[in-house]
Amino acid sequence: MPVEVKVPTILRTYTDGEKAVTGTGGTLGEVLHDLDSRHAGIRERVVDGDAVRRFVNVYVNDEDVRFTGGLGTGVSDGDTVVILPAVAGG
Amino acid sequence: MRFDSLLDSVGRTPLVGLPRLSPSADVRLWAKLEDRNPTGSVKDRVALAMVVAAEKDGRLRPGCTILEPTSGNTGISLAMVARLRGYRLVCVLPENTSVERRQLLGMWGAEIVTSPAEGGSNEAVRVAKALAQEHPDWVLLYQYGNPANSDVHHDTTGPEILADLPEVTHVVAGLGTTGTLMGVGQFFRTARPEVRIVAAEPRYGELVYGLRNLDEGFVPELYDEALIDTRFSVGPRDAIRRVRELLDLEGIFAGISTGAVLHAALGEAARAVDARKQADIAVVVADGGWKYLSTGAFEGTVEEAEQRLHHQLWA
Repeated sequence: MPVEVKVPTILRTYTDGEKAVTGTGGTLGEVLHDLDSRHAGIRERVVDGDAVRRFVNVYVNDEDVRFTGGLGTGVSDGDTVVILPAVAGG
Repeated sequence: MRFDSLLDSVGRTPLVGLPRLSPSADVRLWAKLEDRNPTGSVKDRVALAMVVAAEKDGRLRPGCTILEPTSGNTGISLAMVARLRGYRLVCVLPENTSVERRQLLGMWGAEIVTSPAEGGSNEAVRVAKALAQEHPDWVLLYQYGNPANSDVHHDTTGPEILADLPEVTHVVAGLGTTGTLMGVGQFFRTARPEVRIVAAEPRYGELVYGLRNLDEGFVPELYDEALIDTRFSVGPRDAIRRVRELLDLEGIFAGISTGAVLHAALGEAARAVDARKQADIAVVVADGGWKYLSTGAFEGTVEEAEQRLHHQLWA
């Protein structure tokens, strides 16, 4: 089940400059493993142990995965995953 | 309503129904109009609270210089409070913020140090921390880590919402310093733990995220994810579309970040309708639209406006 993964500028060294790549899997964790098989090293920049890294935010269909099951968050065909560095506001 | 001075009039903002945006009689939206504060944003609460706290603990004395990294509203509020209480204010403002913010800061007498557009507010924080090192006598109030920021929402904004809307089921607000949601969240976790606390976070253009590496990301010290139930990332297209709907349907002229908050609130409303549940959803309107006229957010098509916002910090 392909999902679109939007990659931030700083991680495009892993995707030959592509802004968005496609991954497959039933969960976010599986999609990131699948991406890593073609873009070696990218998973390590997003994941620390069994959670998303502290200064990285990952959204599935615009919802922060920390509130939807983390790497176990379910994904299905046509979903969009967005990876972004954490930024300040205010 | 009568007050002894402008500072005494901060807070106690109206909560108004949004009958035309609400999906049904059972699922209703309510707007907490924080633009009704003295300088036109929710940050008047925060600025006053941080200054009063710093005066109490002796860090701020007459004639002191206050330093603050801010993308605008906090600076404008602090400028007003600093003027009335006799402090000098230096704000570190990212280059890519609207011209109105600079004009307003100048009107209240603040001095502006500009930080580079690339990196957004993260850069402003970095520059302010460096300035604080150079000027140890300056007082960095630091809204991202100052407990007075969230405490004031725990003590005022949260209780005001509950008093005006005892049947409240959701509170939705923007996430920047996280102060509003941390304070309101903490209040409701105790007072009404079943109330769902929802964050709407602006998603900017790529320039703002143009950091050199991921370790330079920034999470405010105040942030505790246990105090919110979920968090949505909302891009400029949805924010513009919703802020225009709020104007067209309800007559409320709000800032762009309110469009993002409304987008998340309407998502929650749709979920309640699907689940056939009653919902009363409080939406925090952080500021009015005036400061964003020059951004072009209210002109032309949504797509054109989205293009114009691409490199700007619009929330």
